[in-house]
Amino acid sequence: MSIPQVPFEQRLADLRQGRWRPLPLISRRWLRISLNLGVLCYLLAAWLSVDVNWDRVAQGMDRGLDFVASFLTPDFVTRSGEIFVGLQESLTMTFTSTVIGVLLAIPVGLGAARNIAPRPVYFLCRGIIALSRTFQEIIIAILFVAMFGFGPLAGVVTLAFATIGFMAKLLAEDIEDTQREPLEAIRATGAGWLQWINYAVQPQVMPRLIGLSLYRLDINFRESAVIGIVGAGGIGATLNTSINRYDYDTSAAILLLIILIVLLSEYFSGYVRKWTQ
Amino acid sequence: MPIKQMGEQKIWQRREPLKQYAIWAGWMLGGMLFVFCWALISQNTIWEFLYDADEQAASLIGRMIPPDWSITGSLMMPLWDTINIATVGTALGIAIAFPLAFLAARNTSPHPALRAIALTVIVSSRSINALIWAMLLVTIVGPGIFAGMLAIALRSIGFIGKLLYEAIEEIHPTPVEAVTATGATKSQVLAYAVWPQIMPAFAGISVYRWDINIREATTLGLVGAGGIGLQMNAAINNLAWAQVATVFVLIFATVIVSEWVSARVRHAMI
Repeated sequence: MSIPQVPFEQRLADLRQGRWRPLPLISRRWLRISLNLGVLCYLLAAWLSVDVNWDRVAQGMDRGLDFVASFLTPDFVTRSGEIFVGLQESLTMTFTSTVIGVLLAIPVGLGAARNIAPRPVYFLCRGIIALSRTFQEIIIAILFVAMFGFGPLAGVVTLAFATIGFMAKLLAEDIEDTQREPLEAIRATGAGWLQWINYAVQPQVMPRLIGLSLYRLDINFRESAVIGIVGAGGIGATLNTSINRYDYDTSAAILLLIILIVLLSEYFSGYVRKWTQ
Repeated sequence: MPIKQMGEQKIWQRREPLKQYAIWAGWMLGGMLFVFCWALISQNTIWEFLYDADEQAASLIGRMIPPDWSITGSLMMPLWDTINIATVGTALGIAIAFPLAFLAARNTSPHPALRAIALTVIVSSRSINALIWAMLLVTIVGPGIFAGMLAIALRSIGFIGKLLYEAIEEIHPTPVEAVTATGATKSQVLAYAVWPQIMPAFAGISVYRWDINIREATTLGLVGAGGIGLQMNAAINNLAWAQVATVFVLIFATVIVSEWVSARVRHAMI
């Protein structure tokens, strides 16, 4: 990429005199300096546009310390009922939405793979993926709550919709990376389209599809803790309430539970991935 | 490969019968779990709300079109804030995640206890969404951009830290040995043997996270942490869906541009 401006002999001579420097990443001097200056100016401008109210921060520090301290005294008991219902709702939402999302993502992913889909289908499916990936889950949740009313159904639809974009994009990339020989071999036997997909494409992408689904399960659980804030069900609502009440012991308990579940799921998915490959 | 005998015919099968039954049982259990979960959700759903969902959707979209372009000017400053939240937040996150990754990587960690602490910090940071971090920080440092930046930074630590320490663990040991053999100190080994190997990964991860952070920063305003999300929240609360649509279009454009920029930068660096 970079053409060294200093000739090799010069660099060798420098090296002998102990004045050697590694090659800079950007060899053109003016570009390097102006890029660095530009970044500095931007960071300065960005920092100046932040209006930090240090009095407010000082006031809040007590609450911050309270919060950190509450991790040592998490309160699982007082609101155990609400926490249980919230977690149960989050977990069921996570599982259902991942299953629905993955099932819907498979046809979209097939359509979005350049090597097996016809052009118009390809562009349609890429459009669906772009739409689903641009907006945060929480924005989609707001829309679905407006349509379907409060409750976990809006959450399931939101997470399923977000899952489609994520899974279909990665699945399509994976299909594009498949080896061509099996595809040709199966096609040469006179297989129909479905047989072709089932016997040539599916075995090549299956291990990664399982791995990605488990990864998405993990993401959906974390997201399900957030979309409750806008009324789409799950543990997020409980967490939101407890933070607004400054009931930090309960918040800490909920956050600890979330971290624990994410850890468990990470361990479990690593195990399953090892088993399927 | 097991072969099943059926009368005269031998039939080839992919798996041992026992393993095949285990797989079927797995699918059965998964299906039952799905039905059970769906039943729970269905119980907690007020299905009456859904009878007019299609009308609701149609009226919602109808009120969004055409977007209210008159507020575009007043959205520019919040948009600038959003971009600042994402960029400064990412920079802060990198600054904290960078040393953490070296502590967490098996081959550069100075002590197993430090490694365990670093891994715990990384997992905790990753488990909690930026929006939840923002909710907490708004109660601590007050509403505004500052809380948003800190939230983005705290969320980014885990992501950058994890990917970076995995990159560090995957480096070739030979350059490290070579540099060590010249009598280099620990920091010189890091600078001349480890750093050049992880530099491309580091750049790629940082830009990728910045791209994600632009998306996340657009919603932080919902909990009061500044940026364009504040305008979105206000518009939603006023049921001014035409204005919401304008915000959506702006977010869409910003995300597309940031994705393009990150693709270009990653392409140039790796």
